[in-house]
Amino acid sequence: MASLSIESLRKSYGSVEIIKGVDLTITDGEFVVFVGPSGCGKSTLLRMIAGLEEITSGELKIGGTVVNDLAPKERGIAMVFQSYALYPHKTVYDNMAFGLQIAKVDKAEIDAKVRDAARILKMEHLLDRRPNQLSGGQRQRVAIGRAIVRNPQVFLFDEPLSNLDAALRVTMRAELAKLHRDLGATMIYVTHDQVEAMTLADTIVVFEGGVIRQAGSPLELYHQPRNTFVAGFIGSPKMNLLPVTVVAATADSVTVAAPWMTAHLTVPVEPGRLAPGSAATLGIRPEHMAAGSETGLITGQVTLVERLGHQTIVEVAAGEGAGVTALIDGTRMTAVGSTLPLTFSGDDVHLFDADGVAAVRLKVPEIARARRERPAA
Amino acid sequence: MPKKRSSLHDQSRPALVLMAPAGLLIFVFIIAPFLLSLGLSFTNQRLVPNPNLPTSFQGFSNYLRLFGNAEFWQSFRNTFTFALLVVPLQSALALGAAMLVNSRLPARNVFRGIFFLPTVLTMVVVVVIWSNLFQINGFFNAVIQAVTFGAHPGFDWLANPALAMPSIVLVSVWQGFGFQMVIYLAGLQGINPELYEAARVDGASRWQEFWAVTMPGLRNTHIFVVVTTTILALKLFAQVDLLTKGGPLGSTQTVVRLIYETGFRKGQVGVAAALSVVFFLVVLAISVGQRVFLKEDREVA
Repeated sequence: MASLSIESLRKSYGSVEIIKGVDLTITDGEFVVFVGPSGCGKSTLLRMIAGLEEITSGELKIGGTVVNDLAPKERGIAMVFQSYALYPHKTVYDNMAFGLQIAKVDKAEIDAKVRDAARILKMEHLLDRRPNQLSGGQRQRVAIGRAIVRNPQVFLFDEPLSNLDAALRVTMRAELAKLHRDLGATMIYVTHDQVEAMTLADTIVVFEGGVIRQAGSPLELYHQPRNTFVAGFIGSPKMNLLPVTVVAATADSVTVAAPWMTAHLTVPVEPGRLAPGSAATLGIRPEHMAAGSETGLITGQVTLVERLGHQTIVEVAAGEGAGVTALIDGTRMTAVGSTLPLTFSGDDVHLFDADGVAAVRLKVPEIARARRERPAA
Repeated sequence: MPKKRSSLHDQSRPALVLMAPAGLLIFVFIIAPFLLSLGLSFTNQRLVPNPNLPTSFQGFSNYLRLFGNAEFWQSFRNTFTFALLVVPLQSALALGAAMLVNSRLPARNVFRGIFFLPTVLTMVVVVVIWSNLFQINGFFNAVIQAVTFGAHPGFDWLANPALAMPSIVLVSVWQGFGFQMVIYLAGLQGINPELYEAARVDGASRWQEFWAVTMPGLRNTHIFVVVTTTILALKLFAQVDLLTKGGPLGSTQTVVRLIYETGFRKGQVGVAAALSVVFFLVVLAISVGQRVFLKEDREVA
């Protein structure tokens, strides 16, 4: 197992820069998830770590050694591909053994390693089959088994669950988490699924346009997004981002007003660059809003109702054109066209300056600072 | 189990109607001529009917005559020698070219065009060009003289019984590999690129990658290429007829050319028909054999 460090890493194809200077340190045994929209560079970065893409500039270290110019097999990595990339004509056993066979490892040792990996993944009965005789979940297991057999310092996963159906994805997600606990290995995982990111990661790294927008624990990103991009990217339904004007600022709070709010709202944040009169963006998560009884901070016509059972997603027209999404109690009687008052607390909301940079929140739930406890390796 | 199918779901009638046009063409141009030659092969039919020798039933005498004829055996030997040389050479060259134009070469589209060019040319044009290259004072001999500093005068390629067949193989491979290259190219592009990356992560060298990913990935393509190239090779006629006329000393005589010569030069249609029937059965046996031994495996996705 090993740590990994990335220093001002860049990648360009001709004049097009894909990775625009990334710095990141991953500690030994950490489970890091790269997320971001399509084309943000997360997969490219993973492939650069794997050695499948050349590094244009910057430095990549695995276990303290610079590996920029090493071939993939010399980097101590193993990769699980999105399509699994199993050799179709080889049996499961030979798929897992191929790397060791090439390296001319002793046959008895190969056998021991393959059987050990098969035992960990509970697929000893599949060893003689060929990939086309396996289900999607089983192929996935073989792909992971092939990675385990290499006994890598770092596991790399490129959207490994995206080809599975929803139910299987949940199962495999839990198994991956367990695998990480059991092996205690450093893992880097690329996905566009935020549930995978939130549930698996020790650290989530959010990419946009080839740069890191924020790296932190899942709840840190949820409770303390550093900018509007991360705020909108993490959480579902998406955070509402609405324009407000600062009316007052003290050392530990900022008061804002907006035509779509019926009253001023005081938010406990460090004002930073938010001076009275400046424009700002107010971020309210749908789950932090509640349906009020008669009056609310927002009152408007309901334009969309989606009943999930325990909760209901409503969209309320607030002011001119701005729709606000709220996650309200599932038993609340509402209908499209009716008027619904919505309330929320200043303690739960986020405030961003005109450049989209978050003001530091002063009241944050304790859980946002807690790191996931890991058994000592 | 008794077959119970409502007439609503019985699709055999529309199926037959849809197959009819193709079936008719196959019957008129393949099955009927074959049956006709089968019938003729038991007679002494001549190309120009002789009023004094009316056509009559001859039993198996045409076949017996063939099997006792040295020219018959030689033409089969030559045809199979040609096929055994052309199929592997042409397939290997086509695969190599396909891999070359499939790589990230800067001018790969230009190469694609150049490699495919001979296939577009008519065989007659190709033969005219190559017969000049094969001349005593042609290009190949000029190269040999230059390389040996005049010590070796070169060869009379097409008049030398040992070199005539290899020369024809060379022309044929050059003319034909572009087509197989295109098929291999399609096969190569059907291989999941992540497999190559997985092989790289596994530490495979280029050579190991070729054997672990490329060759197995082209399995079905190989089968198609080998079967079609074999059949094309067995039909060898134009190159031989234009370059050597079957000579020297019959060393390039092929079955198809022998059929042509027997039927249309010597006018012995009955014998030529018998020869066609034998050849048809041999080719059929080879095709069926290749199908059975080289079973395609189709992935059920």
